[in-house]
Amino acid sequence: MSGTLRPDLAVIARHIPAGARMLDVGCGNGELMAELAHGKGVDARGIEIDPEEVERAVARGLSVMQGDANRELGAYPDDAFDYTVLSQTLQTAERPDLMLDELLRIGRKAFVSFPNFAHWRMRWALLWNGRMPVTRHLPVTWYETQNIHHVTVTDFRELLREKGVAIERSWFFSSEREINPLGANWRAEYAVYLLSR
Amino acid sequence: MAAASALTSSSIELAAPLKLDSGQQLENVRVAYQTYGELDADAGNAILVCHALTGDQHLANPHPITGKPGWWERIVGPGRPLDTDRFHIICSNVIGGCMGSTGPASDAPDGQPWGMRFPVITIRDMVRAQMAMLDAMGIDRLHAVVGGSMGGMQALSLAANFPDRAARVLAIATTARHSAQNIAYHEVGRQAIMADPDWQGGAYPGSGRAPDKGLAVARMAAHITYLSEAGLTEKFGRRLQDREAKSFGFDADFQVESYLRYQGLSFTDRFDANSYLYITRATDYFDLAEEHGGRLADAFAGTKARFCVVSFDTDWLYPTAESRAIVHALNAAAAPVSFVELSAPYGHDSFLLDVPALDRVIKGFLA
Repeated sequence: MSGTLRPDLAVIARHIPAGARMLDVGCGNGELMAELAHGKGVDARGIEIDPEEVERAVARGLSVMQGDANRELGAYPDDAFDYTVLSQTLQTAERPDLMLDELLRIGRKAFVSFPNFAHWRMRWALLWNGRMPVTRHLPVTWYETQNIHHVTVTDFRELLREKGVAIERSWFFSSEREINPLGANWRAEYAVYLLSR
Repeated sequence: MAAASALTSSSIELAAPLKLDSGQQLENVRVAYQTYGELDADAGNAILVCHALTGDQHLANPHPITGKPGWWERIVGPGRPLDTDRFHIICSNVIGGCMGSTGPASDAPDGQPWGMRFPVITIRDMVRAQMAMLDAMGIDRLHAVVGGSMGGMQALSLAANFPDRAARVLAIATTARHSAQNIAYHEVGRQAIMADPDWQGGAYPGSGRAPDKGLAVARMAAHITYLSEAGLTEKFGRRLQDREAKSFGFDADFQVESYLRYQGLSFTDRFDANSYLYITRATDYFDLAEEHGGRLADAFAGTKARFCVVSFDTDWLYPTAESRAIVHALNAAAAPVSFVELSAPYGHDSFLLDVPALDRVIKGFLA
């Protein structure tokens, strides 16, 4: 059923059980939510900052609120959701560490996916050209990118360790295919983590 | 359109007296309404549309007094966002109104018009009358309640006070409480009406005189709040009306003056000044949190409805922050809610005008 979803979203969709309550932070036009709501009867909610994306999501019958996740998450009570999802958005947060706190406050578990800035192509581009890399997963030049906190797999693990956040599972991808976790910090273009408090 | 040709409204006389927030009760209350589209056998496809302050039940048919199209004809009809091929759309005139529902222009039990003896009503009282109307129609649960501006207040009040009666709640360009600024603008309008010598303490019906000047001024002041500066500038700028130079007098030199005068005067043809006093008062008293112990989230604690809240970026009468407060309360109450701030140049009136994104949101939410 997840054939058309981006691979990180497909992993998340597979691992959220039927009937769960989930909040997709930065849900775009609601692709993942639609899959879960219509396919698995998940009580899916979303937050998205772009009004046109929100309008598209609402027009497909989804419950999405327009807002800035940096500010709006505080409106949700503790344990409001079984799962929170932050896909490819961590690097755009004003304070990714505080965002992580909020995700695990309002959700019992959190899925977080992010592009890995330590992927070898990035390292190569920076080393060889001496310029900020522009790649498939980070396709925008440095001055107009929304990605304000570039993060690597190792950085992320270190943040989790400092916060005492438990890693339930992790998945790593390169060229849209899942790869072995060994050497993920070099080899993964992006990562998906399932976290719990 | 099924019943859109109906020029005269239907009305229902409520079986029981209507208990009001003021502690008084109203006997023999009449609620005038219009419907469009067929009601299903199980009465499950009914949508209640709540009108704004100076609106009425003539949602999608020509207005019987002005002859102009219904106020939401763009939205209501076969294949439109409020699809009359699928839904049974009901729009009733609020109590306190002047288009057939019981209000200050109706006769009191002594056979004389109520005038200012009419009890002060609230948004919740308006909703109570609507619920009694639905009872009489045999409709237990609405597919949706939809409203913009004061209509949105009614939709929220319905959700808070009658949580089992609507499966979906769509509140557009509205607020959960009237702000001091909102009350201030309304007070200007009320004072304009009451300062008109023809108002006669509200006892003008039958006198051959009516406070048309005061009511026109009230409408002019309110009308400014419905528009945006950008919209006004685009429409009129500082252009002069039918003249080459300023008159150095107080004629309507500017197009915007002439427009406002027209808006004010034409309003007096279709609206009753005392109704304007009562209905603005009802909106000023509106504070959904206060009704529920001071916490807005508690107003929605019992709801099972899905919500959609829409604001417009140029609406300074009920700005987006007011909608956000509603959405935060709904989130805190764990209600499923969508919220979007749409971009439109027309200010508060955007909900009445051609904003295709609004059509898409309404259609998607009601599906």
